[in-house]
Amino acid sequence: MTMRRLINLKRVEARRIYLTYGIVILAYIICQTMSSTKFLSSSMRGMLVPICAYMVMAVSLNLVVGISGELSLGHAGFMSVGAFSGVATAILLQKVLPFAPVRLAIAMIVAAIFAAFAGFLIGIPVLRLKGDYLAIVTLAFGEIIKSILNNFYMGVDSGGIHFSMLTDTTRLLKGGRLIIKGPMGISGIQKISTFPAGFILVMIALMIVFNLVNSRSGRAFMAIRDDRIAAESIGLDITKYKMMAFVTSAALAGAAGALFAMNYSTIVANKFDFNTSILILVFVVLGGQGNMLGGIIAAAVLTILPEKLRQFSDYRMLLYAIILIVMMLATNNAEIKNFLTRLNPFKRKEEVE
Amino acid sequence: MIFLNFFISGISLGSIYAIIALGYTMVYGIAKMLNFAHGDVIMVGAYVCFYAISRYGLNPFVGVALAMAACTLLGIIVERLAYKPLRQAPSLAVLITAIGMSYFLQNTALLLWSSNPKVFPSIIGRGSFKLFEGALSVSHVTALTIATCLIIMVVLSLFISKTKLGKAMRACSEDKGAAQLMGINVNATISLTFAIGSGLAAIAGALLCSAYPTLMPTTGSLPGIKAFTAAVFGGIGSIPGAFLGGIMLGVIEIFAKAYISSQLSDAVVFGVLIVVLLVKPSGLLGKQTQEKV
Repeated sequence: MTMRRLINLKRVEARRIYLTYGIVILAYIICQTMSSTKFLSSSMRGMLVPICAYMVMAVSLNLVVGISGELSLGHAGFMSVGAFSGVATAILLQKVLPFAPVRLAIAMIVAAIFAAFAGFLIGIPVLRLKGDYLAIVTLAFGEIIKSILNNFYMGVDSGGIHFSMLTDTTRLLKGGRLIIKGPMGISGIQKISTFPAGFILVMIALMIVFNLVNSRSGRAFMAIRDDRIAAESIGLDITKYKMMAFVTSAALAGAAGALFAMNYSTIVANKFDFNTSILILVFVVLGGQGNMLGGIIAAAVLTILPEKLRQFSDYRMLLYAIILIVMMLATNNAEIKNFLTRLNPFKRKEEVE
Repeated sequence: MIFLNFFISGISLGSIYAIIALGYTMVYGIAKMLNFAHGDVIMVGAYVCFYAISRYGLNPFVGVALAMAACTLLGIIVERLAYKPLRQAPSLAVLITAIGMSYFLQNTALLLWSSNPKVFPSIIGRGSFKLFEGALSVSHVTALTIATCLIIMVVLSLFISKTKLGKAMRACSEDKGAAQLMGINVNATISLTFAIGSGLAAIAGALLCSAYPTLMPTTGSLPGIKAFTAAVFGGIGSIPGAFLGGIMLGVIEIFAKAYISSQLSDAVVFGVLIVVLLVKPSGLLGKQTQEKV
């Protein structure tokens, strides 16, 4: 299916997709070799899994922002739904499934399902709105998810699973375990996320998104993005396609959240706030809207950058801010844009075509 | 009586949101951009005011005036350096630049003034009026906040509707090209809008920190987001809308804190926003724009 679809694509399009897969695989092999030969510093090794999670987040948000053309400012909310449901699943399965990779896979699938459900619920009202109003409502939902998870308690004992809101009224039996502890989040997580698992998730996310984008539905997304009224007039069901993009994106974000959370021993809802949503949006915009490879590279660079700037200690976030502003000014400057196009032989050919 | 007390403190908090929201809504109306750095201008204003009052012992009102001057200048500089070169750029690029500017201001503040919270001296003292034989007490800060908000509202409405500059601002927000052809200096008008918005942010900063006296480099961000929500709530781009949205948001927040749950108050506020936008997708007083093919 994938192959036939790729052959039918325009050559430029296919080249871009293979290039993306190729670069990701190559980067994985290099990092894995460097990591196993102890060439990589331990701080860098610790960042491999978060980088993969952010890459998936970038791909996921790119589907909404770049392909379907809606601004979402609450994507970290889906990540946190995924993180909490995924980790809780992994903890519940700890005794039943001792083999960690399978537990991780199941946790990620459950996380994706929960996040997709959240995406569906939020999508019903959100997708009726347009532009900046849609953006603010996604922001609002992100904050609501954070507030709710901050006040959510879940525990398990021999009597089953218990939930409560606001205060801990789960009243667990002896030997029970309180898994989600409101503002304290989840602690004592087994760190079962691995770099290979992260790599596989990135590849899966890319495959899903590329297949979706280059299908009938993907073309519908872009038609709606480019001209909503024209798309509607040729009979495209706008709500259906927008919902499809939104839910797929939420599911990927959920899986990324589970991967991310199981790289740490503790996770709290406040980790996934407005700033995280913005961080992911920055990956997408800096990498180029609709450009998956760009988003992935931006995610890697911008996650490593603050770490590398650590030697400037107090000045590092300031430098980060300045770099962000200068990059946005530079990429939108007509003269610099012309100059870059002239440097890049690939692009020039594309324009001639 | 307790209900009335909550109501008044809600209106007071709402007044602060309204003053901040005015800055968002004016900038949005004219430049069609979400200025995420606006919340941090509030913080800068509060710091300038703080240093003027407690370090140099100036009169609080001189302090506020200084803060307004500093923020106005800051607003103009930020607009010139970061936003003006992006006038033609896609709106997302401008949004990210604004976010970068927000980080920049926060981290500059962190370096200049450290992350230790400062205790802001109230600009009008901590006394309060006692009404109904002491059953209802309204602090001076609360009264001042509400009065200031009303004055700003009236003055700003008169400015926008009666003066030549106000007319120019309305013209620019309607159609920049046509405004330019009529001899309006569009760039100067946009700068003026940023200047007014930032000056108002300084007042909001001083009032906010008088009511909630902890001042940190991140003080502005949450009120900034709430005020932005208020602006959208009332219909972004509409000045009476920002006022109404701000007040309502403040009242809802205080009531949610008092009667539902203080931890979930943010969720309630944002929930109400969502419901309002579903019923009226362009906000309470926003203009419904009809799309044409």
